[in-house]
Amino acid sequence: MALRTLASRKALVAAALGGARPLPAARGVATFALPDLTYDYGALEPAISGEIMQLHHQKHHAAYVANYNKALEKLDAAVAKGDASAVVQLQSVIKFNGGGHVNHSIFWKNLKPVSEGGGEPPHEKLGWAIDEDFGSFEALVKKVNAEGAALQGSGWVWLALDKEAKKLRVETTANQDPLVTKGINLVPLLGIDVWEHAYYLQYKNVRPDYLSNIWKVMNWKYAGEVYENATA
Amino acid sequence: MNDVADDESASDAETEENADANGDTVDALESSDPDEVGPVTWIEQQPLPYPSDALEPYISKETVEQHWGIHQHIHVERLNGMIGGSEWEGMSLGQMMLSSFNEGREAPHPPFFHAAQIWNHDFYWRSMQPGGGSKPSERLLKFIKRDFGSYDGMIQQFMDAALTQFGSGWVWLSYKGSKLPHVNSRSPIPSDNYGRLVISKTPNAINPLVWGHSPLLAIDVWEHAYYLDYEDRRADYVSTFLEKLLSWETVESRLKKAVIRAIERDGHVSRKHVRKQLLAQGKSRIRARPQQANENARGQTSSQEKPLGV
Repeated sequence: MALRTLASRKALVAAALGGARPLPAARGVATFALPDLTYDYGALEPAISGEIMQLHHQKHHAAYVANYNKALEKLDAAVAKGDASAVVQLQSVIKFNGGGHVNHSIFWKNLKPVSEGGGEPPHEKLGWAIDEDFGSFEALVKKVNAEGAALQGSGWVWLALDKEAKKLRVETTANQDPLVTKGINLVPLLGIDVWEHAYYLQYKNVRPDYLSNIWKVMNWKYAGEVYENATA
Repeated sequence: MNDVADDESASDAETEENADANGDTVDALESSDPDEVGPVTWIEQQPLPYPSDALEPYISKETVEQHWGIHQHIHVERLNGMIGGSEWEGMSLGQMMLSSFNEGREAPHPPFFHAAQIWNHDFYWRSMQPGGGSKPSERLLKFIKRDFGSYDGMIQQFMDAALTQFGSGWVWLSYKGSKLPHVNSRSPIPSDNYGRLVISKTPNAINPLVWGHSPLLAIDVWEHAYYLDYEDRRADYVSTFLEKLLSWETVESRLKKAVIRAIERDGHVSRKHVRKQLLAQGKSRIRARPQQANENARGQTSSQEKPLGV
């Protein structure tokens, strides 16, 4: 009885965390679930179209989650059998799909409709840190846009906190590599998906237009919270 | 380093014969005003070999015009903008691409991304034809069965490669001369060194020419190649490409040329090798593995008789 209550409370907590953490399982591998958005697909227009948001969430992110779960099951079996080459062989599919799940879970929280505060620039601690590490908010935006536009192929551009150096950094990662692959001390504050699927239907090849528009729905409040927690 | 030079000239021959008469011209536009710095066109993309709506309903006119007319064209503009006065000025597209690859040591030099993408796209458009698809010829099927087990086995490998290219990139069918990854290296087991078909996937702008392979067909799996028509469904796009668009005639003609080049390049090496073997046997040196020596001689002879089966 008590165990069942515990399990259901865990499930509630997992749901509240937006699905980024695994659901508890009685036995076997913990599986991951597609987190819900806290806004409608069309709520970020005109910066990002509802069509893109729906495809991006329901197809791309959902596929990362499904394939990640499948890969984890295979990994579990391979580890149990002591099959070292199978374990090693699974690393790239885990990195890709797991990374895709991690990155997109952050991304949805980085965006907010204008009506709910999206686009409002950062204040207080994060705002001051940006001024200190980049000179100005405008300079940061310019840098992120430049690095995002210059990224060849698919990837992400990040505003990161280097927890050890206590400095903000702009970083890029390729494909679905999460930010930690660029530094174990890096905490993602904001990530912008620059895969073509993130903007193609609306902006076609003009990635710079997508980049300059996405700031209008940027959720600086969330970034500020992450920053304050990490520097507390 | 004869092999390297041979490979490079083989690749040049490849790019030259793939380029139409109009393509790959070094065409400097000069303005009458000496002070005016006009744009110089060192490299051009090849024209589309069919009208922009010819691949419908499988690839839309909108995609073709966006893909050929804008994506590929931007690479042309960028490349032309960066090579004036550089070490790459005056080179052909193929030479530029291979030399700026920097042998994959660290990052390639800046022109590589654009030069390779121009080359890759030219090759991609010509890998397709309106009303393509259908099946390869009997002759080509023999190779396919030998190297992939079956036609369906090859298709499965294509799909696997396309769906595990995690990010932007390309999927290729190529012809290569040996079992080892780079064709410059030769296996010490002569029976490994027969020409074979391979499927490979490459990230972003890289192509198997830089490994010394001879590409036979290319599928663009950057999202811009299929997103307007297939959204996230890369698998549908790739299987449609293979069933409805791919020009097996083009593949076969590219294969023939690749095989001829390989024979021309490697034929004399095989003969030298055989001569060495016979000399060594004549001196009756002690061998560590006498059995293998006999096998080698036999392997060489048979590969000489029917080198590559075409």
